[in-house]
Amino acid sequence: MAYSDKVIDHYNNPRNVGSFDKSDADVGTGIVGAPECGDVMKLQLRINPDSRVIEDARFKTFGCGSAIASSSYVTELVKGKHIDEAMTIKNTVIVSELNLPPVKIHCSVLAEDAIKAAIGDWKKHHEDGEPAAAEQRKAQEG
Amino acid sequence: MPKLPIYMDNHATTPVDQRVLEAMLPYFSEKFGNAASRNHSFGWEAEEAVDRARGQIAQLIKAKSKEIIFTSGATESDNLAIKGVVEFYKEKGDHIVTCVTEHKAVLDSCRALERAGKATVTYLPVDKYGMVDPDAVRKAITDRTVLVTIMYANNEVGTIHPVAEIGRIARERGAVFHCDAVQAAGKIPVDVDRDHIDLLSISAHKIYGPKGVGALYVRSKGPRVRITPQMDGGGHERGMRSGTLNVTGIVGLGKACEVAASEMAEENRRLLDLRDKLQAGIFERLDEVSLNGHPTERLPGNLNVSFAYVEGESLLMGLHDIAVSSGSACTSATLEPSYVIRALGVSDELAHSSIRFGLGRFNTEAEVDFVTDRVTHEVKRLREMSPLYEMARDGIDLKSVQWKAE
Repeated sequence: MAYSDKVIDHYNNPRNVGSFDKSDADVGTGIVGAPECGDVMKLQLRINPDSRVIEDARFKTFGCGSAIASSSYVTELVKGKHIDEAMTIKNTVIVSELNLPPVKIHCSVLAEDAIKAAIGDWKKHHEDGEPAAAEQRKAQEG
Repeated sequence: MPKLPIYMDNHATTPVDQRVLEAMLPYFSEKFGNAASRNHSFGWEAEEAVDRARGQIAQLIKAKSKEIIFTSGATESDNLAIKGVVEFYKEKGDHIVTCVTEHKAVLDSCRALERAGKATVTYLPVDKYGMVDPDAVRKAITDRTVLVTIMYANNEVGTIHPVAEIGRIARERGAVFHCDAVQAAGKIPVDVDRDHIDLLSISAHKIYGPKGVGALYVRSKGPRVRITPQMDGGGHERGMRSGTLNVTGIVGLGKACEVAASEMAEENRRLLDLRDKLQAGIFERLDEVSLNGHPTERLPGNLNVSFAYVEGESLLMGLHDIAVSSGSACTSATLEPSYVIRALGVSDELAHSSIRFGLGRFNTEAEVDFVTDRVTHEVKRLREMSPLYEMARDGIDLKSVQWKAE
């Protein structure tokens, strides 16, 4: 099975590989997949707490070329987007951008899940989890 | 630098040796006769060529010429042997003993017989090196056992089974012993008498012959083994396999066996040196790599390695100018990795990380050096991209993590 040019490009020149500090309150971390299934994606988003815009993204992926390409593409896709908009990203966008064949659709599903997991993690700190930082900021503003 | 791409997947198939090709060429349009035509020189010429090939094959496995039956390949040989024995000896019993790491042609033939209610099958496990315990074979054989079918050497991890001992046990218990020797015949010394083999499958394209031709050895004496034919027709091959003989292919198979037999000792030393160099190079330059297969009782050209924290298919993609294969089956709907590697007790994660290098007659030392460099480079690059490698370096036990799979 031949890979599409875009998958090969992302595989050879992956965008935004790396890690942010997981304990940074502005960073949301999503880890999806399982090693025994042959796919694990870690997606990290740096989200501005005031504008709720994704300012930066990093990924690391254990998986086939299509899984690496899907996560690499997602880091580009989400940057500059409001988290509400990022939450609406569907795997089909990834499938058509990378020309993924049917057997590789699970890679795009995993990448979509990674976005949701990362934003969900960030929300835990900023909404229901640790409101301290946000409240402190409000107090300062007020 | 060696010429690219490099072919290092010789367990899958091999190129036709120039000497084999030259032997075959006259039989396409010049000496095109039907070996079954008994009344003219065209037929005699073809029959002579087929008989010569029978002799060349017999010599390689220490059999007699008349014990060689030509087929379309090892898949047909395996089907004919297994289904043919079960059908012929159905009055005697219906039990088969085989093992979990056999080739699909063997496993699926057994499963087809099970589904049809024609046989019950015992699938023996293998040890961590992929080897069957002869004692387990002894214990599995019952009064109903008609067939023991165990391969000579495994196609993925290269492990060579204790075939002579298994054959002796089957003989003692009166069961027919079939051996799929696709990866072994022509590579390591095979002797049907020493190994107590009753039926043996061979394929031409694994030993520098053409695709689409193979053979089945059928023991004629001590004891005489019988099989029920699986194809009806003109009664060729002593009634065991009907169909006009593929004369060119058979000439190629014969020549391939002759070349393999005459060069085996020297070629094995060369291959072993290359393989050991590749193995040492990889193990010296990378940490967290593990060998799949037996450390010593292994085919000389085989090297199967798991590169922890790197998924096999992505590694293959990085090695795009090198033809090797992976135990990861990320393209299949099941996402399940190689059943052979898993049978060794290797975790699914490491099975997904396995790569099989298959060295052969035309690989060179320069190629081995190039492959060592490229593999090392790519594994390091992919590990930098791997969340698992990062977690392991941070001291996280990957087994303790609650993974959120799809």
